[in-house]
Amino acid sequence: MSPAPLTLAAEGVAVTYPNGHTALRDATFALTGGTICALVGVNGSGKSTLFKALMGFVTPTAGRVTLGGESVRQAQRRGWVAYVPQTEEVDWTFPVNVHDVVMMGRYGHMNFLRIPRATDREAVAAALQRVGLWELRERQIGELSGGQKKRVFVARALAQQSRVILLDEPFTGVDVKTEEAIVALLRELRAEGRLILVSTHNLGSVPEFCDQVVLINRTVLACGPTAEVFTAANLARAFGGALRHFDLARSTVEAHDGRQVTVLTDDERPLVLGQGGHLEYLDRAAHEKLVAEREAQKPTGPAP
Amino acid sequence: MNAALLLEPFSYDYMLTAIWVSALVGGVCGLLSGFVTLKGWSLLGDALSHAVVPGVALAYLAGLPFALGAFTSGILAAAAMSFVKLKTPVREDAVIGVVFTAFFAFGLLLISLFPAALDLKGIILGNILAIAPEDVAQLVAISIACLAVVAVKWRDLLLFSFDPHQARVLGLPVRRLHYTLLILLSATTVAALQAVGAILVVAMLITPGATAYLLTNRFGKMLCLAAALGAVTAAAGAYASYFLDGATGGCIVVLQTLVFLGAFVFSPRHGLLAARRARRELCLVAPTPDPLSPP
Ligand SMILES: Nc1ncnc2c1ncn2[C@@H]1O[C@H](COP(=O)(O)OP(=O)(O)O)[C@@H](O)[C@H]1O
Ligand SMILES: [Mg+2]
Repeated sequence: MSPAPLTLAAEGVAVTYPNGHTALRDATFALTGGTICALVGVNGSGKSTLFKALMGFVTPTAGRVTLGGESVRQAQRRGWVAYVPQTEEVDWTFPVNVHDVVMMGRYGHMNFLRIPRATDREAVAAALQRVGLWELRERQIGELSGGQKKRVFVARALAQQSRVILLDEPFTGVDVKTEEAIVALLRELRAEGRLILVSTHNLGSVPEFCDQVVLINRTVLACGPTAEVFTAANLARAFGGALRHFDLARSTVEAHDGRQVTVLTDDERPLVLGQGGHLEYLDRAAHEKLVAEREAQKPTGPAP
Repeated sequence: MNAALLLEPFSYDYMLTAIWVSALVGGVCGLLSGFVTLKGWSLLGDALSHAVVPGVALAYLAGLPFALGAFTSGILAAAAMSFVKLKTPVREDAVIGVVFTAFFAFGLLLISLFPAALDLKGIILGNILAIAPEDVAQLVAISIACLAVVAVKWRDLLLFSFDPHQARVLGLPVRRLHYTLLILLSATTVAALQAVGAILVVAMLITPGATAYLLTNRFGKMLCLAAALGAVTAAAGAYASYFLDGATGGCIVVLQTLVFLGAFVFSPRHGLLAARRARRELCLVAPTPDPLSPP
């Protein structure tokens, strides 16, 4: 049932908008299914542009994007690519309910009249149950909470049985509990061999749930496992002076504070780097468990 | 009023024709109004209904089918709008305004230049009571074609209206769907022109959809409801115009507005009364002090 992993590759992709602005040039990276990858960069670095190129909304002026060796267009016809829109992009007053929206993920599987068959209904029901929205299927989409709204579109991607899921800024304006629920769901999808690409400018949450990172600033600066890409040097290149620092060594935190320092932020999670610039994680026990799980998963390989 | 008087309109062939043709056109316009209101194309609908006037005038002058002229004119206007929008940073509503008033003005000019050959009142205000048999044939053909396209493509058009990105990601021909909807809109505009005239066409393309939107929150139901409302109000309006002597377009649109007002006040979901009831319930619930808690 779970789709086979596939490889997403961008080779020397450049995008120039009709007004002459080159938003992206020589972007090269490759990702294989079974990963949650963050696409990280400042506002205006070209995250949305790269997404548009991956979804075929803009045609690269140079280079090419392939999915499983096929062109974007072919991949779309096969229903491999799903997209979870930014909350602001959706017309929440539209007269459709949760079930209707998830059913829209099935269009590629239907004939030209788009009349749902039993398999389509089953796929929609399974997707809704999985994201915990089955009871709310009759609700008009505007009558949902912020987290439920996000999950409707994740369910649509599930019903579509896509192999690549693109999420544009999924955690903007979402509370911590919702974020955790979505992350838990994305982890399950990764375990099934799907390729999940999440664009974000929220640095702190990346080490917590992404195993790989593509760092961009009008081109791909670095690409690879989070711990290797998220270094002080790379982040400085990606963000320049746009980051606020809290340097413990120069601060009023002194030896007598020991490790009893609490870091609070209102909205976004803080990114914490240890000595020499390596990543620190929020919860040591949980992180060790996650690493162990991932190790255990590796030898069995992706699901057939 | 006695029954014989009420049945009198049905004894005239021209009234019977007016009633069923209005119902057909009203139904098709109602169906399209669902898309127009949800896509935010109201201004575009208004623009198209004015932009078809020069085409109608030229078609009558050249002795061609009026629908052909109107349709060509509407499509030309739509193309002009998208061309100007693409080439200038002027805002979309301003572009639409510039283009449709230009077309409309040209149409009025033509009518004023050839007052003998063209019927200003008929084009601007509609004249369904005096519709020619060949015009009836054109309207029926247009209406059936539109109904057929919507019947086959409504789910695709729904996805295109709700989430064009998803439509594209699924490999649907988004550009073709856009033009399909635009052509449907032009075609229904042309059809409604005869019934209610250029000025009131836009009401037929918005009001039933807006009313249905207040009454349901399912898209399919909304389309059916809007089509039914359009058909019934158009037939009733044409019937009523027999007694009010000629103002068919006015009768139809006033009726549609009355139904809209009814929905606006009484709709169980979005109506004024429902909102007031919800507010009152909130007020009753909120300040009730818990009798067990200490003061
Ligand atoms: N449709 C467009 N036309 C012209 N320039 C654009 C367009 N969309 C984005 N840009 C420009 O391309 C750059 C990258 O934008 P974007 O990909 O949206 O960045 P991000 O999503 O990382 O914030 C920005 O400088 C932006 O102004
Ligand atoms: Mg963006």
